[in-house]
Amino acid sequence: MDDHAVLKTTPLNALHISLGAKMVPFAGYDMPVQYPLGVMKEHLHTRAAAGLFDVSHMGQVIVKAKSGEYTDAALALEKLVPVDILGLKEGRQRYGFFTDENGGILDDLMITNRGDHLLVVVNAACKEQDVAHMKANLEGCDVTLLEDRALIALQGPRAQAVLAELWAGVSDMKFMDVREVPLHDVPCIISRSGYSGEDGFEISVPEAHAVDVAKALLEHPDCEAIGLGARDSLRLEAGLCLYGNDIDTTTSPIEASLEWALQKARKAGGDREGGFPGADRILSELANGTTRRRVGLKPEGKAPVRSHAKLFADADGATELGEVTSGTFGPTVEGPVAMGYLPVSHATAGTQVFAEVRGKYLPMTVAALPFITPTYKR
Amino acid sequence: MLKFTAEHEWLKLEDGVATVGITAHAAEQLGDLVFVELPEVGAELTKDGNAATVESVKAASDVYSPLDGEVTEINQAIVDDPSLVNSDPQAAGWFFKLKLKNAADADSLMDEAAYKELIA
Repeated sequence: MDDHAVLKTTPLNALHISLGAKMVPFAGYDMPVQYPLGVMKEHLHTRAAAGLFDVSHMGQVIVKAKSGEYTDAALALEKLVPVDILGLKEGRQRYGFFTDENGGILDDLMITNRGDHLLVVVNAACKEQDVAHMKANLEGCDVTLLEDRALIALQGPRAQAVLAELWAGVSDMKFMDVREVPLHDVPCIISRSGYSGEDGFEISVPEAHAVDVAKALLEHPDCEAIGLGARDSLRLEAGLCLYGNDIDTTTSPIEASLEWALQKARKAGGDREGGFPGADRILSELANGTTRRRVGLKPEGKAPVRSHAKLFADADGATELGEVTSGTFGPTVEGPVAMGYLPVSHATAGTQVFAEVRGKYLPMTVAALPFITPTYKR
Repeated sequence: MLKFTAEHEWLKLEDGVATVGITAHAAEQLGDLVFVELPEVGAELTKDGNAATVESVKAASDVYSPLDGEVTEINQAIVDDPSLVNSDPQAAGWFFKLKLKNAADADSLMDEAAYKELIA
């Protein structure tokens, strides 16, 4: 089968090709994995200046109660995610995840209070299933996948300066704020968030204007187009999970060390305790702990240790402990970085474990996440 | 004499010893290298068997032995600084030297013109 025959494209596809991108299939889309700059320089450029990423493959979904009340949409979505959505203020965004009856993670997502409705952004590979899940379970709500909008991420310490060329008001936004703003008269929805560990923005643009907005941002000398290769190394250095690698239906949010995403209102003793799929397990793990945890792993040598490498307690590979779920070379760290799951007995920072790589057992140290210092504008 | 393989390696042949590296085309395709693992001196390699591993930010790739032979020398400089393979793949970025089991085996490999045609 010719993969390219069935691949979907984003509104920026022709722009990527004109910029010399190397295109690969990703989650059913023809996406840029790197540009002529290369993964290493793209990564370093994003941390030093600003990078523009096409993330239009992700699902942008409107959830609106038939009553027109935000409260009704928020309470409906709270039945699927262990997050305080009722308490989310208008123009604010929050991280969350859909859980299943076993307390596993179906997908992770960003949730915004847009006044009279919710805007939800989900992973590309999960979006059909997520929309079906919401349509089936959000009583009294209309669930609409927006098929006519691009999503452009602008990340890095110079992201604000780049975006300020199009909209001076950007400096008033804080981390996780969301505003609807015209950029060159194009109505855009801008959030101050991202997936790189840097300050930055995600800009939802009507598809007809996506190329104009992307080109206007790329005109700034500090802004370069960045591919999926660097997006992955940036998020891994920032300690952020990739759905399908680091979290999935076999990992609970507590095992995944994501308990920070559960607010008080949904936890034991909270106003709206539980009431989401898998609440029994997840609240029990919050109270009593889990047997394993997602941790950062720093290889002691120079060799990258990649996903699915098995982890052992000893240098002979006698006692298996777990598995690496993401691993690469971190250009900013200037060395290999990884994440994986370990029993709590071995999950304390500073613990040495061994990863099997090409028949050898390479020492790694459990490390605090993130590997870099984030520059979010809180 | 310079020879090439379909696996994008080059061999410089002198008195039955081949200096082996990866081609500029291969280095460009792999992108910036961040890690190189070389065979040990004295290792007996077989044609098309694993000889070395190179890693970019994105992925690990194997480098295969172009012919049968024994490793007589390795280039520690590319282990210490893998970017040398990207900046100078067909000279300073060499990988290892192989004393060929049968020097005549090299005759079957591609010359530069044939390799250029392969990657064109």
